[in-house]
Amino acid sequence: MTFSLTEDQTLLKDAADGFFGDKAPVSAFRTLRDGGTHFDPAIWGEIGEMGFTGTLIGEDHGGTDMGLRAMCIVLEAQATTLGASPLLQTGLICAWAVKLLGDDSQKAYCLPKIAAGEVSCALAIDEGPHHRPDHIATTATRVDGGWSLTGSKAYVPDGMAADWLFVVAKMESGIGVFVVDRQAKGVTRIARGSVDSRDFADISFQDSVVQDYLLLGQAPCDGDKLTQVLDIARLGVCAEMMGLARAAFTMTLDYLKTRSQFGQLIGSFQALQHRMAAMMVEMELTRSCVVDAILRVDAGKPSPDAVSLAKARAGDTINLVTNEMIQMHGGIGMTDAHDSGFYIKRARVLEAMYGSSAFHRDRWAKLNGY
Amino acid sequence: MTDIDAFRADTRAWLESNCPPSMRTPMPEGEVVWGGRNAVFKNPDSKLWLEMMASKGWTAPMWPTQFGGGGLSSEQNRVLQDELRRINARPAIMSFGIWMFGPVILEFGTEEQKQTYLPDMVHGRTWWCQGYSEPGAGSDLAGLQTKAVEDGDDYVVNGQKVWTSYANHADMMLCLVRTHPTAPKHEGISVLLFDMKTPGIETRPIKLISGSSPFCETFLSDVRVPKSQMLGPKNRGWDVAKRILQFERTNISASGFGSGAGLDLVDTAKEAIGLEDGKLANSDLRSRITKQRMYERAFHLTMRRGQDEAKAGGEVSHYASVLKIAAAKLNQDKTELMVEALGMEGLGWAGDNYRPEALKATRDWLRAKANSIEGGTSEVNLNIVAKRVLGLRDHQ
Repeated sequence: MTFSLTEDQTLLKDAADGFFGDKAPVSAFRTLRDGGTHFDPAIWGEIGEMGFTGTLIGEDHGGTDMGLRAMCIVLEAQATTLGASPLLQTGLICAWAVKLLGDDSQKAYCLPKIAAGEVSCALAIDEGPHHRPDHIATTATRVDGGWSLTGSKAYVPDGMAADWLFVVAKMESGIGVFVVDRQAKGVTRIARGSVDSRDFADISFQDSVVQDYLLLGQAPCDGDKLTQVLDIARLGVCAEMMGLARAAFTMTLDYLKTRSQFGQLIGSFQALQHRMAAMMVEMELTRSCVVDAILRVDAGKPSPDAVSLAKARAGDTINLVTNEMIQMHGGIGMTDAHDSGFYIKRARVLEAMYGSSAFHRDRWAKLNGY
Repeated sequence: MTDIDAFRADTRAWLESNCPPSMRTPMPEGEVVWGGRNAVFKNPDSKLWLEMMASKGWTAPMWPTQFGGGGLSSEQNRVLQDELRRINARPAIMSFGIWMFGPVILEFGTEEQKQTYLPDMVHGRTWWCQGYSEPGAGSDLAGLQTKAVEDGDDYVVNGQKVWTSYANHADMMLCLVRTHPTAPKHEGISVLLFDMKTPGIETRPIKLISGSSPFCETFLSDVRVPKSQMLGPKNRGWDVAKRILQFERTNISASGFGSGAGLDLVDTAKEAIGLEDGKLANSDLRSRITKQRMYERAFHLTMRRGQDEAKAGGEVSHYASVLKIAAAKLNQDKTELMVEALGMEGLGWAGDNYRPEALKATRDWLRAKANSIEGGTSEVNLNIVAKRVLGLRDHQ
């Protein structure tokens, strides 16, 4: 286990940075936002063609099987330019859910479609504005030949676009994750306009009947398994936050090197230099935590404490970096015409997703016995 | 079995038979070994352990064997450190010589200087101190005024150093002196190595707010130093000085300012404040303790990442300052929280009615205030990151 990238991972990083820089620059996100759409299906198709959607998926199911670290490299690259796609939900979270919870026939059906980028997926777990995975009220009850889902999910990421919803529901014993088709009866979706202009949906289920074979593993799973899926989701969000922080920091640094006031580049003022240096310290410390957690989970070890450390620190770091981005840009950073706003808006959403920093500090403390 | 596996097996076996059992226990403060001509070994096993380690060159594992070092590769050294940690072996010696000065003597020294100084460091026969700061040259180190003037085969040194760690115990000093009075300040500095027994040297301990006195004032009056004891070229000493500062910062970070085994923060808080529903009863303190402990964990992971990236040939020069800044913050926050968790018991000064660990917590808290000053202030290190790493410029 080493923090350094392997040769394959370095090549992948270059490819991903190049791809998102060319195909999905921030200006493309601005165009989407102005047009009121959440992502560009053509780019999503190319993400599939590049093989990014199959990074976690075995070669026998059409993926490249490069592992979690590799997927996080791609997600980080995507986030640097605010690339908007359902890659996190589809290629990471739901692919992982199938791999971890699904049986052989479910894997054989789902994974090739995900790897090829033919479907987009969304994990529907939270039911309110806060991440509370231990408070699931949506129920799955036995009916002839399957299960009937009733309840409502809130703020489902990529929920309007998703072809398949991975719905977490309470069962008589344990928790079930059901793969629900967007066309299923009794499913109602309402868009949630969020500050980051991305796709969020409130989705309700009224006696939606799903077939037996659409329950992952065809059996309830225990809470630990669900936690492992959520920890993967958290790490994906951490990877995005690292990309976002890197980009926001670099843009700010560039600005300090070009903007003059009082006849001096503002980057020559020590008040700003020290804040930039302090941010760099925070980013370096946080990156170590994120990579460490990714490496542990990639090595097959569930590591809730490492994940919570990463998510809490990454949230705090991106919060700091985006606030400073606006302050150091001054007035221009407050304008819609400037990209700073995009970064701070997306940052806060990522901070909240799958547990805020406060959530993860609390969890970490509990895991450490206090 | 690969070579490295064989090395691990040999190392493990050697340590098993040569590390005395009492050297595998936590180090009490009084048993730290600094070596030197007047070395004190409170525990006789410490002497044995130092001799055994030095005989392998493992007190300076990566130095060349011709100068007494272990001649290990970085991979082998990592294995050695793993194996030492595995048996909780105490450090055989604490040595500024090995940590900071030996590496620059290897880099800048003459063959004769290497032969003269390095083997004694390896064996703990000399205790070195660092003549850097002066009353008028703290953060602005290059403003130092201690003069060295040529006189025959010698330099004659006059001036005053301050914050010289353990100068009153040291056998040797590495001293920054001004050898060109009119050159720009960075271009008139040289490095001299001299014996602390040389006539004209006087040291006076400085008592800190924590009550301890690790530092001294050092007065230098007509101290004669042979020219052969100049390290590196005359007037080019600033390059040597900066290298030493890098080693110093890295070394400070590696120790994390650890002041020896003390109370555990979480255990202390649990005991002093109690749990409610399995959580520390004071939620505000719980949250701040968690932030501190996360910071500490992040710091240690970053140390490891730096080592990995150095090994992979990556650019790591910025880690020294980044980690120095972080180490100071983490130790200050930790000791503050410890005192807070202990309440009034954390504010005792002396007496049998305090637990010794609590008294140590008080002293550690006060001592930690220096962490963001010594070895380059946090502000100086932020300047270094801003300028050298981020490429931000001075006023034009």
